[in-house]
Amino acid sequence: MPESGRGAKASQAWRTLLQREDVRELLIPVVAVALALVLGAVLVMVGGKSPAAAYSALVRGAFGGIGNVAETLINITPLIFTGLSVAFSFRCGLFNIGAEGQLIMGQIIAAWAGFALTGLPAVVHMPLALLAGVAAGAIWGAVPGYLKARLGVHEVINTIMMNYIALYLSHYLVIGPLKAPGPLPVTPTIAPAARLWRFLPPTRLHLGVLLAVAAVWLVYYILFRTTLGYEIRAVGQNQEAARYGGISVRKNIVLAMVISGGLAGAAGAVQVLGLQHKFLDIFSFTGYGFDGIAVALLGRNHPLGVLAGACLFGTLARGAILMQSIARIPKEIIGIVQATIVLVVAADEIIRRFIAPRRKAAAATATTAAAASEVPAGGAEGGADHGA
Amino acid sequence: MPGAGSRKQRPLAPLEKGVCALSVRDRAPIVEMRNIAVTFPGVVANDDVSIDVYPGEILALLGENGAGKTTLMNVLYGLYRPDSGEIRIGGKPVGIGDPSDAIKLGIGMVHQHFMLIPPFTVAENIVLGTEPVGAGGVLDMARAVRDVKDLSAKYGLAVDPGARVETISVGMQQRVEILKSLYRGAQVLILDEPTAVLTPQEVDELAAIMRNLTSQGKSIIFITHKLKEVMAISDRVTVLRRGRVVGTVPTRETTPEDLARMMVGRDVVLSVDKGPARAGDVVLRVEDIHVKGARGLPALKGVSFDVRAGEIVGIAGIEGNGQSELVEALTGLRKVASGRISVEGRDITNRPPRDVIGKGVAHIPEDRQRRGLILSFSIAENLILERYHRPPFARGINLDFRQVRAYARKVISEFDVRTPGENVRVGSLSGGNQQKVVVARELSLEPRLLIASQPTRGLDVGAIEFVHRRLVAQRDAGKAILLVSLELDEIMSLADRILVLYEGRIVGSVRAEEATEQEIGFLMAGGRRTAADDAGAGTRTGGERDARVGSRREGVPGVAHPVTT
Repeated sequence: MPESGRGAKASQAWRTLLQREDVRELLIPVVAVALALVLGAVLVMVGGKSPAAAYSALVRGAFGGIGNVAETLINITPLIFTGLSVAFSFRCGLFNIGAEGQLIMGQIIAAWAGFALTGLPAVVHMPLALLAGVAAGAIWGAVPGYLKARLGVHEVINTIMMNYIALYLSHYLVIGPLKAPGPLPVTPTIAPAARLWRFLPPTRLHLGVLLAVAAVWLVYYILFRTTLGYEIRAVGQNQEAARYGGISVRKNIVLAMVISGGLAGAAGAVQVLGLQHKFLDIFSFTGYGFDGIAVALLGRNHPLGVLAGACLFGTLARGAILMQSIARIPKEIIGIVQATIVLVVAADEIIRRFIAPRRKAAAATATTAAAASEVPAGGAEGGADHGA
Repeated sequence: MPGAGSRKQRPLAPLEKGVCALSVRDRAPIVEMRNIAVTFPGVVANDDVSIDVYPGEILALLGENGAGKTTLMNVLYGLYRPDSGEIRIGGKPVGIGDPSDAIKLGIGMVHQHFMLIPPFTVAENIVLGTEPVGAGGVLDMARAVRDVKDLSAKYGLAVDPGARVETISVGMQQRVEILKSLYRGAQVLILDEPTAVLTPQEVDELAAIMRNLTSQGKSIIFITHKLKEVMAISDRVTVLRRGRVVGTVPTRETTPEDLARMMVGRDVVLSVDKGPARAGDVVLRVEDIHVKGARGLPALKGVSFDVRAGEIVGIAGIEGNGQSELVEALTGLRKVASGRISVEGRDITNRPPRDVIGKGVAHIPEDRQRRGLILSFSIAENLILERYHRPPFARGINLDFRQVRAYARKVISEFDVRTPGENVRVGSLSGGNQQKVVVARELSLEPRLLIASQPTRGLDVGAIEFVHRRLVAQRDAGKAILLVSLELDEIMSLADRILVLYEGRIVGSVRAEEATEQEIGFLMAGGRRTAADDAGAGTRTGGERDARVGSRREGVPGVAHPVTT
């Protein structure tokens, strides 16, 4: 009897905890990741391999030794920027699918600023090249932002089109005006003064990772500590109320797209200035911009969530390579895991709406389960809340 | 804990007496809900609730917002499953798992928001789901129309079966909903806040329809929070408060005051207590404005009036006659095609909202959720919506959240917003408390002019009392107040002067103490008068119209020359 009493109390505590919006916000991605990893394990087993071997290879690939950790961090860096980019526009109610194009523009313009200018000291050249990339991304974001604000053209359509314009423009530039002498479609290598400091030789880990963390803080600060962030969030949450309160909806839409584009441009600039040191012709999209959408979704459009999401996706991508080479398990499994995470997180909104009027049924189930034992009570409720 | 109190307060004996008076005593209840309990996480929506419904009666289910009325009816209609309790229909215990079970048991429900398909005809909507099928599985539309005609004749619910639903009035749509339930064989009809969307005339018609239905043996459960309607329409009243039954009384043995006390749990002042207005200088002057509506059609066709300091001017009218456009034009949210608006002599025509706010105009919008609040923001964040960019809240580019929270705490206690704290999301507050946040924010602007549009929409008695007192206090503090409301009662009791808006024109101006509901209702419905046909501005013809609505005795009042008492 005292046992079940304690069980009920624990379930009560769980329920109170689950009612807190922030707790649920946090729990959803965690559940999604767990589900996806389980699915991944099942797939590995279906393929006749051991999930334990697969995942241990994955962990070693991502974190085994300083070199691997550095490469993982390098993987994470652009995802942080593009994730922040998408999340920032989301906060203003805009869906920036154009992070990819903004990133490409950031890459090529940063490369150009890196090789075209010479003789500058590093303290000037490096920030200048970085800013050039940020500005290019910002302009690429401003165009659809302006079209949306002035003419009401939907930003999803425009950002997608801007992606293709960026792709083919960069292609033209790298085989034309900005091409390095020689047979390859690449720009000249950037000046050493423009390169981001690699602070952990012999690894390639560069200053970009610290800039990305700084960007997380900056975005958090703008969104939640400034009047600009207040305006952007107000417009994103309820345009009608924002206008009523005297906030200019148009101005904020353009500004949000400029900042969002600038963040994606920074992703591109950091890749070029820290890693590639030149612009290599890309025949198709890099994927960082699109992964940024998934990262933002996983991070619930919160800068810290984006940081976590980027770490997860970057780690999985890095670990998958070693998993393939050591455990001989196709890295596409990890693609499926990533897709599952996104699906579950995205579907959560639907699930939540779906179960809203029947929530008490779930609660009742949880109470029954709670009577049986203490720990599974939380699990039952979590499951009911998110999987029902 | 479970409902001992409610059982004590609702003994069966007086109930039987009440039913006796209605001469249905000899019959057994058609619906019995026994000890129903429904809990949502953190909320007990229904706690040991028992009600009875007898054949041929109208039972009003009265309670404030969140008292559990709709939850209880959703249980009866199979939308929620109760945690415990029993439902008996015609004396037999039943399990109602979903609405189709309820329909089979003869229970119909007309929701607050209609569930009709606008491009379908009346007949098509009524037979939807139970269509008459002819030879070869073909829809027998002719029979459907015939059935609908028979039904509407039988119950006195006049409808045109061939009309498309999107072209008929809201009152008519409601009849279609009722017919839909009857077509499916409903013996018990649940009407959820049926009068919220109706004009005073339509409310009267609905009452007649309800009487007619009960005289033919149907039973009606009527959810409402309006005391006047309970008194006028129902046979018995069950009052709910915080998920429990407070009591059930025969309507003829109770008074609005008693019901209000049961509902709120304390004494409530139902009438607005206010002295005569001491009108001062003109604050708002509107001169011959023309404004286009959402679909580009003219919504205001030459409107002129003044509002003076220290008076409440009420705009009466049926929804959709230009009220929303007027308020939006005045607050900079909608473009004015021609004409001039000024506040204390300064032109605000077509200025952006922030400039208008800067001139001392506060605005309680008609829809707090769509426009008045950002539901996902905290109370504190919502309270600074119009002034976040000014000190002390803004410091350079930064928002000083310490100041914001301190300010919020002050306002919350001043306006008695019921919340655990200032960081709570506004969306999680009750409707009444949300409205308090809006009212608090607007009054804290210390405006010269307050534009209050439907300030008590969807609020319960206690909250209405609060808002009304605040508005009168603002008036007495010398503010100019423009009150736009679809509730004629509200206008009649609060306003010092009433303007009636009909089809984008002001068709009448009356001093409140001389106005009668009939007069205003006549004007609201577009009562035919020669002056109304004249397209001229209110300023020029207002006096003439006044004469027709009965303020001639005063000899003065033109629309632009407000009455001073």
